[in-house]
Amino acid sequence: MVLPAMFSGFTLTAYSRTRLMESLLNTAVQTDRVLVLIQLNGGNDGLNMVIPIDQYSALSNARSNILAAEASVLKLTAKTGLHSAMTGMADMYAKGKLAVVQNVGYPNQNFSHFRSTDIWLTASDYNQTLSTGWVGRYLNEEYPNFPTGYPSTANPDPLAIQIGSILSPALQGPVLGMGMAITSPTSFYQFLNGTVDPAPNTPAGHELTFIREVAQQTQLYATTVKTAAAKITTQNPYPASNALAAQLKIVAQLIAGGLKTRLYVTNLGGFDTHDNEIARSQALLSTLSDAIKAFQDDLAYLGVEDRVVGMTFSEFGRRIKSNGNGGTDHGAAAPLFVFGKKINPGVVGANPVLPASATVNDNVAMEIDFRSVYATILKDWFNVPNTELSAVLLSTFATLPLIQGATEASDAQTAPAAFSLSQNYPNPFNPATQFQFTIASLQFVSIQVFDAVGRVVATLVSETMSPGTYTATWNGANAPSGVYYYRLETGSYREVKKMVLQK
Amino acid sequence: MLFALPSAISSLSAPGTEDTINPYANRSLPSTPRSAAGLEPYTGTWGTDERLYLLRRTLFGVKRSDLAAVAQLSLADSLTLLFTPGIAPDPPVNNYSASSASAGDVPAGAAWVNAPYLDGTTDYYRTISLKAWWTGLMIDQSISLREKMTLFWHNHFATETNIVGDARYEYKHHALLRQYAFGNFRDLVKQITIDPNVLRYLNGNVNTKTSPNENYGRELLELFTIGKGAVRAPGDYTNYTEDDVKAAARVLTGWRDDSTTTPVSSYFDADRTPTSTRHDPTNKQFSASFNNTVITGRTGANGRLEIDDLIAMIFAQSETAKYICRKLYRWFVYYVIDAAAESNVIAPMAALLAANNFEIAPVLKALLSSAHFFDPMNRGCMIKNPIDVTVGLCRQFSCILPAAAAGLATRYSTLDYVRTQAATMNMNIGDPPDVAGWAAYWLSPQYYELWINSDTLPKRYVYTDLLISTNGYSSKKIVIDPLAFADSFANPSDPNLLVADMAQFLYAVPIADNQKAALKAILLSNQASDTYWTDAWLLYKKDVTNTANKNSVFVRLQPMIKYMMSSMAEYQLS
Repeated sequence: MVLPAMFSGFTLTAYSRTRLMESLLNTAVQTDRVLVLIQLNGGNDGLNMVIPIDQYSALSNARSNILAAEASVLKLTAKTGLHSAMTGMADMYAKGKLAVVQNVGYPNQNFSHFRSTDIWLTASDYNQTLSTGWVGRYLNEEYPNFPTGYPSTANPDPLAIQIGSILSPALQGPVLGMGMAITSPTSFYQFLNGTVDPAPNTPAGHELTFIREVAQQTQLYATTVKTAAAKITTQNPYPASNALAAQLKIVAQLIAGGLKTRLYVTNLGGFDTHDNEIARSQALLSTLSDAIKAFQDDLAYLGVEDRVVGMTFSEFGRRIKSNGNGGTDHGAAAPLFVFGKKINPGVVGANPVLPASATVNDNVAMEIDFRSVYATILKDWFNVPNTELSAVLLSTFATLPLIQGATEASDAQTAPAAFSLSQNYPNPFNPATQFQFTIASLQFVSIQVFDAVGRVVATLVSETMSPGTYTATWNGANAPSGVYYYRLETGSYREVKKMVLQK
Repeated sequence: MLFALPSAISSLSAPGTEDTINPYANRSLPSTPRSAAGLEPYTGTWGTDERLYLLRRTLFGVKRSDLAAVAQLSLADSLTLLFTPGIAPDPPVNNYSASSASAGDVPAGAAWVNAPYLDGTTDYYRTISLKAWWTGLMIDQSISLREKMTLFWHNHFATETNIVGDARYEYKHHALLRQYAFGNFRDLVKQITIDPNVLRYLNGNVNTKTSPNENYGRELLELFTIGKGAVRAPGDYTNYTEDDVKAAARVLTGWRDDSTTTPVSSYFDADRTPTSTRHDPTNKQFSASFNNTVITGRTGANGRLEIDDLIAMIFAQSETAKYICRKLYRWFVYYVIDAAAESNVIAPMAALLAANNFEIAPVLKALLSSAHFFDPMNRGCMIKNPIDVTVGLCRQFSCILPAAAAGLATRYSTLDYVRTQAATMNMNIGDPPDVAGWAAYWLSPQYYELWINSDTLPKRYVYTDLLISTNGYSSKKIVIDPLAFADSFANPSDPNLLVADMAQFLYAVPIADNQKAALKAILLSNQASDTYWTDAWLLYKKDVTNTANKNSVFVRLQPMIKYMMSSMAEYQLS
């Protein structure tokens, strides 16, 4: 967009959008792009969803009681496949509409559902508590005065919609939630769970019914949402009795119905598979895959496929080694999916490297910070400028080649071979060891050392670096013996290697 | 219809009122079942539900400590507590000197109620001061009926600060209502009749022999005492006639107000000026509605005695006791008074009132301990008025407002915020819509439902949402502490019990199991196992200084309580 505007003699050109410009024009970035978040509540067992075929013997040693037969795995690449229940998403991958992002997490994994969910939804550091959600901060940057003056002629639609009755903490803005929660596009009385027993035939019931009716009638965005929903009377079929499909169907209806809403949040629960995981995974992953496939097909049917990107996430992955109840306990990093017609299909990141015989203390090491995924979507999908990006994510994070047409992603494709990370020497070591790494272009570089359970032990590099080859040293004098990982991450390259400290 | 509308009022509906009255509101009185129980003493269960019900109806919001205070008391002892005579509060003070420093005013922090009137600006600030002070008394109330009854009398003997135009008058008037909160109704009517504020508001101060002003005489009969009955003939309202209004006005001639005394006062003109001709000394003939009573005209200072005759005549009519009992009923029980309630509750209340020489307390005690009051049919059916919502929230969650020691400006501005929030929801204390008081207590068939419309209901949500937000109102000057609230219950670590106990405390009606399940799902972040909440709570309690653990429970309790207030209609009921 090139939009010269005159203000008291100054000419502002919107090549680089500034806060000044925005406040003068009082307008947010114009976009018809939509992000659909699918939260998988409970901690999704990534190793059972995106299966590292090259690690099958390690998997067999660690979790034979829940492991599916290798032959059943739906291969995406020679090394990586999907659980057999996910035929729909395997088909999307084949059609170039699915990307897998490997080993996403955050340093110093917290194994509490609550805490880890909060970290993901607020995009905080592991040791930080934030009272606003990452989407809420983004929308607050775009619409700084919300809710004063909303809805308006310029912004008649909800900024974000939560399908369900409780607004996700991700949507929490500085003062109020930045979205509305709906359980149905035609009925707005926000009673919890969408259903409430009819009021009794008593005076109290009489007044209760009255208030509920007024509440339904006066919902702020009722008319605009109902109008959008009414425009779409035919949709491509969705699977029946699929809790996620029912939510995504409403999302597709509202997008195609013309709402300018940018963010939709949906949820699928039940991923806390401490037991009976074989049967539960079958049900959970087919629900997930069938719903997303149907949604993608419906978006194509409705002609809005170009506008929508979706993303799954869960508060953590699960333990490499299964427990004695045919399940898995709380773990660390896990893969997530980004899908849509405008994404770069493929597998981002390498398969996790699993110990040959995992113990209960072993976890999938984090390779990609979850905020890199957020940063990628904000920057490359919503065109959020860098200044605003750091206000939303509160730090700088590398972006990933996930969205088609993103400049940095194409840059990265031209020179990935020039980046490298060497194996450390000596190895095993006591107490110090060294390794080399090569940077091919000016990049923000992070190198961290993790212990076997994913805690950050040391940060060796955290700065923008010029092209060149460098040497890093880690001294483990104060660390106990054991397996450690060192991870290099730049905007376009990341790699993790294992080392052993032996005292 | 048992309660005839004051016709002068029903024609008063403001232009555009229809726009804000919801189409769902009553078009006729609801025909839902009502209680057949009467004024006989309640003998059923006296448990937590009953205690909460009694406190909800008699206080503005129930604090956790209020419930604890009556937990071991019998119903009779609880009522004794509610009727404890209070101490008159210190008057409102100058909190406005930073905004309005007119010469001659009292210094900051000093009471202005006996200071001279200065100018309109100062009076504006004094009026705001008065209203904030009053709001503070309601928020800080003890377990006493005094506040709810003071507002009842304000609604009954309604006056408007913006018409009287002198906050000192309103203060004196307010102190009178407070003094008589559950005192003698007949004495209060006498005091109201010669109250300087009312003399000004209803033109009693310009009511003279040569130029009688019927305003007060009419409202005395129509709104304050006997009420209007069915129209039997032009100018004949069964309980009184147009000629009775004129005769009453003549009885009341000669009274004036004096803004120069300390405090402001009223006087009978002949007391100061023996030659005064303002009072009409002739006999006053009343109609058959009053058994053709003649009030003997008196001359000179004796003219003031005619008021006693007038009040005695009005209170000799059985309808007078019934009229005030119906208003009490609508304030404490429900707005529908069907034939059974009229004969089983109103009639015996009125008989009790007359038998007790118009003392209010015995009648209210009987009502509030009656089988009728505690009948399940009467619980939860009152829509909270805006003071119940705004003041009630502060009390339910034991919010600690800035104390006077923190600075008068801060304390009063915080109280003013609460008061103006109630005002935006259509209940501005000190300025009811007109002399009839708030329509929710007399306009049939909608009554309480008038509080709720497409404008006011979202305002209730905005208010509750703001106060449950992390910073609350104005950097935590009023903020709900979800952790302290949860901790005040017996079993906060058990999500099922916590939800059930909070629902019992916050709602006047039971909620369904699926609603409880949905609330619990917020505590659990949709996780399947209760232990995740239990563990998180116990972890928090183990070390309450651990920020991350504290945050884990905070960010789940906060939205749950928010949804309990703004997403469930049950919260609007009392």
